[in-house]
Amino acid sequence: MPSNRDTPLKTYLDHLARGELAYQFSPAAGRAVFYPRVLCPFTGSDRLEWRISKGLGTVHATTVVHPAEGKPFNVALVDCDEGFRLMSRVEDIPPEQVRIGQRVRFRVHQPDGEEPPYPVFTPVRSA
Amino acid sequence: MEGLKRGGAAIVGVAESDLGQVADGLSVIDLMAQGTGRALDDCGLSLKDVDGLFSATTQVRLSVLALAEYLGINPSFLGSTIVGGSSFEYHVAHAMGAIALGLCNVAVIAYGSTQRSVGRKQASVREVNPYETPFKPFLPSSAYALAASRHMHEFGTTREQLAAVAVAAREWALLNPAAWEKKPLTIEGVLSSRMVSYPFTVRDCCLVTDGGGAIVVTSAERAKSLKKPPAYVLGCGQSVTHANISNMPDLTVTGALAAGKAAYKMARLGPSDVDAIELYDAFTINTILFLEDLGFCKKGEGGAFVSGGRIAPKGGLAVNTNGGGLSYCHPGMYGLFLLIEAVRQLRGECGARQVKDCQVALAHGNGGVLSSQATVILGTQAAL
Repeated sequence: MPSNRDTPLKTYLDHLARGELAYQFSPAAGRAVFYPRVLCPFTGSDRLEWRISKGLGTVHATTVVHPAEGKPFNVALVDCDEGFRLMSRVEDIPPEQVRIGQRVRFRVHQPDGEEPPYPVFTPVRSA
Repeated sequence: MEGLKRGGAAIVGVAESDLGQVADGLSVIDLMAQGTGRALDDCGLSLKDVDGLFSATTQVRLSVLALAEYLGINPSFLGSTIVGGSSFEYHVAHAMGAIALGLCNVAVIAYGSTQRSVGRKQASVREVNPYETPFKPFLPSSAYALAASRHMHEFGTTREQLAAVAVAAREWALLNPAAWEKKPLTIEGVLSSRMVSYPFTVRDCCLVTDGGGAIVVTSAERAKSLKKPPAYVLGCGQSVTHANISNMPDLTVTGALAAGKAAYKMARLGPSDVDAIELYDAFTINTILFLEDLGFCKKGEGGAFVSGGRIAPKGGLAVNTNGGGLSYCHPGMYGLFLLIEAVRQLRGECGARQVKDCQVALAHGNGGVLSSQATVILGTQAAL
């Protein structure tokens, strides 16, 4: 088991702070694991390797949240090419223009203040 | 479920507590106790008969203890499984098992919520999930909206078809004197309401009300001698596929598929045998997903299936006959009300909304964000 210092969340956030989207890989299951954890949900093994995503993915599902105050914003589920899914948002385009199937690229968002960084995505421009 | 005997137990008493916006200062446990008293009256039993007690609420941490204390009883069997709105469908299976094992004989299952009075944030404190919370999904709505977006993408389901679910629920609610909503609703009215989380407007989302109630479960043998005809538990099934929406294995297929299969198998019945269908409609997409997953139509065809008033009062398929979480009542964990309505339909107590010759009723509970699914199939003596 990882030591207390290297919790799954801390390792993930440390990678994000370096501009990397990290995920776990279970050698026993031969597949990606996300969110990071101490036990593989496919095999029960505690052998989980950390890997760095290439940061490319596809929008799997999308919604536009209309808050009581403030502008509408996107919330999406993104399937990364390495085979894991995460919640995120697609930026740089109006939230209602985010489309299922759209190719997107990861970047780190660093919120103001004490909040830890988190991953967001932007559309991949077609060549 | 393996191990439970078809028809081995029955729901013999049902009651709502006060609903809607309850009197100032009325507590969650007050509502549970009110429901308990009324449900015991409904079957002619009393508190001294109760030796099994189940409860779930988001507002009292050790609710079953608080309820036992309040009622002045020391039940030999307690249950507080809390898996969101489907908790009460789980409780029915657990009570049935406990009764079969002789751990208790008369079980009360109670619920209470004052979320309208105290505010949703007070009633149900959201936990921080470092992998979801930063994106500010408006939960639970946004989670269901993500599932809806996928259903629309894969199957061409439209906002109008989602709206048809809300309109049908409203038409049923207008036949139910206890329903919160009293005015008609149109497809256009749903679409033009305030947007919450696309594709849902506020009319695609369940109500925010207070409310509670209780049901009484006992052995089939004891049920025979009570006040009203028993609603026998013919089948139960459960499935948990995830807790958070980002981990739902397939956004268009819910655990209702597995829960329904298990319940049908135990009941030795299929969808065509069901006369009244009570589905947990937290959002309009739920009704479509559950009609598909429980076998009332094919996967992907739910949108077309609910169109044209098919599930409205004169539409041919009796779905959410009390008006549902969308128009009757939704205190946050609605699952108990599905069971109450199913039992009343089997007894023929439903007045203007009564389903003709109702012998088999299905109650399908949903908890979390499409996370915990539980099906209970009930039937009359004739269906045994």
